[in-house]
Amino acid sequence: MADIVLDRVSKTYSDGYTAVKDLNLEIADGEFMILVGPSGCGKSTALNMIAGLEDISSGELRIGGEVVNKKAPRDRDIAMVFQSYALYPHMTVRDNIAFALKLAKRPKEEIDAKVNEAAEILDLQNHLERKPANLSGGQRQRVAMGRAIVRNPKAFLMDEPLSNLDAKLRVQMRAEVARIQHRLNTTTVYVTHDQTEAMTLGDRVAIMLHGELQQVASPMELYNTPKNLFVAGFIGSPGMNFLPATIDNGVAKLPMVDVKLPQELADRIGRIDSNKKLIAGVRPEDFEDAAHVGPDQRDRGTTFKTKFDLVEAMGAEYYVHFTVRADSLQSAQVDDLLADSGGIQDLSEEGSSVVVARLDAESKVKVDEPTEVWVDATKLHFFDADSGESLSA
Amino acid sequence: MEYTRNQKILWALGTVVVLFYALIPVIWIMSLSFKAPATIGDTRFLPSDWTWENYSAVFEGGLGFNRALFNSIGIAMITTVLALALAAMAAYAITRLQFPGKTIILAGALAISMFPQISIVGGLFNVWRVVGLYDTWPGLILPYLSFALPLSIYTLSAFFREIPWDLEKAAQMDGATGAQAFRRVILPLAMPGVFTAGILAFITAWNDFLFANVLTATDSARTAPVALSFFRGASQFTDPSGAIAAGAVVVTIPILIMVLIFQRRIVSGLTAGAVKG
Amino acid sequence: MAQIAAPATSPPPAASEGLTDRAKAERKLGWILCAPAVLTMLLVAGFPIIYAFYLSLRREDLRFPDAGEFVGLSNYSTVLTSTTWWNAFGNTVFITVVSVVLELILGMLIAQAMYRAIFARTAIRASVLVPYGAVTVVAAFAWRLAFDPATGFAVDLFNLEPPPLTSHWGSMAVIIMAEVWKTTPFIALLLLGGLALVPEDLYKAAKMDGASAWQRFVKITLPLIKPALMVAVLFRTLDAFRIYDAAFIITRGANNTDTLSVLGYNQLVSRLNLGLGSAISILIFFCVMIIAFIFFRFLGASPERR
Repeated sequence: MADIVLDRVSKTYSDGYTAVKDLNLEIADGEFMILVGPSGCGKSTALNMIAGLEDISSGELRIGGEVVNKKAPRDRDIAMVFQSYALYPHMTVRDNIAFALKLAKRPKEEIDAKVNEAAEILDLQNHLERKPANLSGGQRQRVAMGRAIVRNPKAFLMDEPLSNLDAKLRVQMRAEVARIQHRLNTTTVYVTHDQTEAMTLGDRVAIMLHGELQQVASPMELYNTPKNLFVAGFIGSPGMNFLPATIDNGVAKLPMVDVKLPQELADRIGRIDSNKKLIAGVRPEDFEDAAHVGPDQRDRGTTFKTKFDLVEAMGAEYYVHFTVRADSLQSAQVDDLLADSGGIQDLSEEGSSVVVARLDAESKVKVDEPTEVWVDATKLHFFDADSGESLSA
Repeated sequence: MEYTRNQKILWALGTVVVLFYALIPVIWIMSLSFKAPATIGDTRFLPSDWTWENYSAVFEGGLGFNRALFNSIGIAMITTVLALALAAMAAYAITRLQFPGKTIILAGALAISMFPQISIVGGLFNVWRVVGLYDTWPGLILPYLSFALPLSIYTLSAFFREIPWDLEKAAQMDGATGAQAFRRVILPLAMPGVFTAGILAFITAWNDFLFANVLTATDSARTAPVALSFFRGASQFTDPSGAIAAGAVVVTIPILIMVLIFQRRIVSGLTAGAVKG
Repeated sequence: MAQIAAPATSPPPAASEGLTDRAKAERKLGWILCAPAVLTMLLVAGFPIIYAFYLSLRREDLRFPDAGEFVGLSNYSTVLTSTTWWNAFGNTVFITVVSVVLELILGMLIAQAMYRAIFARTAIRASVLVPYGAVTVVAAFAWRLAFDPATGFAVDLFNLEPPPLTSHWGSMAVIIMAEVWKTTPFIALLLLGGLALVPEDLYKAAKMDGASAWQRFVKITLPLIKPALMVAVLFRTLDAFRIYDAAFIITRGANNTDTLSVLGYNQLVSRLNLGLGSAISILIFFCVMIIAFIFFRFLGASPERR
């Protein structure tokens, strides 16, 4: 087992395209690190460089304190789980799992023992003599895991290992991956584009965009104090609502209501020119049906009246949509977020914007009925519209 | 697809017609090969007396057929092995490596596969006589290669593209050297494609008539199809048809057996890529 | 992501490899691996064509080896003004067009029969491969001996009088039959591959839209298998245009049935007139290139066998 350190690691391709730029990342021994970001953000390139499957253009990669830039993958003692699983189709499950040990010329008894142990951990005992083609998706995924854990490597690298599974199985295998990693306590780097996986699995999460690291932090820290607009929008589902705003003398002017900022938040933000264009971020759960907000809570925020266009009953809660008058946002990072979600602008009319709120299941909200909504002023986020940097973090 | 009664009858009938179409000429030549010389002119479809006489005439007579068969087998096999070796290297490079000139090589190979053989054979006829390749095995193997190569390169490329090359990376991560990854992971997966390309190359060489007819003069390199075309009766009053038929069956049977055993492979080889084109 | 996390079945992400030492080594390895195949093809197919072109510009007759001299295009004018050439040309075009059309129709029917076969699927597939596996010379002999009045069953059976091999059109018919029999399976298999790619749901949808069986064939099957069809037609046309084996075995040019390849062979080998023979070879070569060009340019065939 070992720690992994990326020291100003870059990857530039022959056509001049830079996939990874000056990446600094320290992954502690036994840590579960997630690399997450939209397509093309460089997370898989970073993983392949750690694996040794791609050359490092500049910078230094250290595994267990040793510089391994020039080492072949086979000499790095790390195991990888591929998105396609990359199971050898002409070998049985047993031979697939044993392959690395056979290449290392381990004694037969040791190989058998280790394969059986891995099979037990992964519940594959009854499938050892089958070929990959005869396995279900979940079983194949477990064989791929088995191939990695059987070697006791210094680290596991996982490249979107769950993305080929259907939704239900994915949740199940997610828990399994977490359980196995916890049990073996092996340093793990896990690449995904799914923020839910990132949040639920990782000790820490590194968010990347356009080859650059945006923020590394624990999941809760990312959620509560995102460093910029992109991180704020990428983490959380449904995503954070973004609205144009200005701050004048401690009062934030949002499209639906003016909010007096709590002293603590105002101090964090500091002095702001009242003409400066800002973007305010409100997470859906920081709204509430005013009728269900206790009097002690009520002071922390402001209320406003609106009508809901859409009410989605989720059972444990409601997702409600309402429209506010607001100019569309001009921000590069907002565009990046849109691109990640498939580039679908909400279908509201020009000059208006849809806000999603998460309300208590007890509230009796209905479509088109005027309702008083409360917003938690202490949980507001403010971003510089030009740079996307958070002012409140 | 659900069929109505009439459709069922129609397609069943179609099946029978296709079977007849494909098999009658072959059955006919076989039947002719079993006819006794006395009844060869009876113009009946099936022999009245069955005999092996024609076969013994082919193998024992002074027709040079044994030697021709030996030449055919040797030349076709060497062609196949060489074509596979050269084409496998090229196809690997074309599917796996990035280098300028790839498209030109593919286009050139395609163009060569369209060349009319007659346009090449004249030049070869003249050059081979000068350099001493006329009427030798290499003198046939080389032109066969030039036609087997494009076919093999295309077939192998189509197969190689289907190999999940992630496996090569996976093997590297499992601690394999490049050579180990190739031998233990890639090669077993590539074998079906290599095998298919080999069969197609063999058939190409075995089937040729023009090159063998022009570039050989004696038994030393004459192949079986050419020998067949040279069959004459023992005297000018003897009809060589029986011997020709027997020789034809002998030339055809090995290929037919091969084709039937490996039919799946051959079909996938023939249609590889062309369908997607 | 697109440039790195390639799914297992797609080609490798070679395009994005760095122009590092690795990329340079890769480039070199690519050339080294291709070199033997490329050199062989250049040597044995490329060079003889150029050499044939050179010969075609000279008087070059092996019976008079010392009389070789440069004669410019006169061999070409000799060939192009001779009736033999135009006869052979007409025969070849006729055989090509008729057999390709017949092969297409038969091939389509056989492909449909194989696709829809309700019983003996394997048997029918195997039997269709029999003509493909038969050596061309053998196929030619089978048809010649069947129609030979001395040995064949066909003349008596169908009461053919006079026997077909004694007339021009009869001989042409037998040549075409041998050619069609031998090569239709190839077309049928290519078309079958194309048919298998047409989703069955499309036929159901078309049926719901009220299309008849014929309309379904013309409006759905044909357009969707067009790529496979065009490749098959291109390869078969070029192949048929080069016809030599069947014509040589069945008639050896009797009854005015010379094809271009047989004509070239006669000049080169029987008459040892390399100059004239090479001119014929080069003309055939240009015909083939023109046919290929027409297919690529106007008929949308792209045999980029991906």
